[in-house]
Amino acid sequence: MSENRRDWPLWEVFVRARRGLSHGHVGSLHAPDAEMALRNARDLYTRRQEGVSIWVVPAAQITASSPDEKDAFFDPAADKIYRHPTFYDVPEGVEHL
Amino acid sequence: MSTATAAADVVAYTLRLGDDALVLSQRLGEWIAAAPQLEEDVAIGNIALDLLGQARALLTYAGNLEGQGRDEDDLAYFRDERDFTNVQLVELPNGDFAVTMARLLLFSTYQHELYRRLAGSADETLAAIAAKAVKEVAYHRDHATQWVLRLGDGTEESHGRMQAGLDSTWPYLPELFERDELVARLRGVAVDPAELVEPVTQQLHEVVERATLRVPDLRPAVTGGRRGIHTEVMGYLLAEMQHLARSHPGATW
Repeated sequence: MSENRRDWPLWEVFVRARRGLSHGHVGSLHAPDAEMALRNARDLYTRRQEGVSIWVVPAAQITASSPDEKDAFFDPAADKIYRHPTFYDVPEGVEHL
Repeated sequence: MSTATAAADVVAYTLRLGDDALVLSQRLGEWIAAAPQLEEDVAIGNIALDLLGQARALLTYAGNLEGQGRDEDDLAYFRDERDFTNVQLVELPNGDFAVTMARLLLFSTYQHELYRRLAGSADETLAAIAAKAVKEVAYHRDHATQWVLRLGDGTEESHGRMQAGLDSTWPYLPELFERDELVARLRGVAVDPAELVEPVTQQLHEVVERATLRVPDLRPAVTGGRRGIHTEVMGYLLAEMQHLARSHPGATW
């Protein structure tokens, strides 16, 4: 890995598969700037017609949840079954819900 | 003009287009695993494969039209240097990355204008091949443009190298616009290269100026590619490209 390589920032790539869907994260790449990142993303992630739209985001700009906080962040949702629609019975006679 | 002569002319013209694409594809392929970045490896590989696809369609068509049973492989691997009618620009060695991008800018700007017009050719097959390829070439031109702008308007080192890249390839530009008897006879089928001078030159100047570089003022190179006269490096390029097919004729994998 060359010295220059380390100078190039990392970009996260999001691709929208088709109209109506949302952009999904597909991977990352190195590029000197946003325009080149977009082009590299086109070459790396849409070679097989995977998408109709690409977003690139500097990886440094992403604020991520910490693995250390995983329990506090996500575990409390585990026993709240009433947050799922399946918890509720559909009253009889309701046609459109 | 007899039908046979007309067909022979279309074959010769199609071979020119196919050889341009094939030889540049071969050159770009040399960058695989050697490009400055992994991402650039893939980008150059994609461009080379686009060109190879164009070459396959063109050589296949030339072979069919010729009617002597030669397929794309026969034409790519079993013709000798004098039978190749590509312009010399595409056979030049890759040089450094800047030289490769300078050459790609020159050639893809030319090829884009060429294919745009060829898409309206009276020859339906050539028109269809060009219509498909023109989108690919627009991307090649964009890729080269992006790099010429960045390297030209980059550091002192990259600026100097990019200028050197333009200086070493620019003398081969005029050959792209040479008009000869063959093209003149194929009015309506072939694109008159003289028509391309203005749009291509204008686009190139625009990129060069935006990149803070200088348009080279150099004497054109001695040409002859369309007549099968090539530079010294062509033999080595063909040796590498053809050696496997000639050592093991008919081999598949």
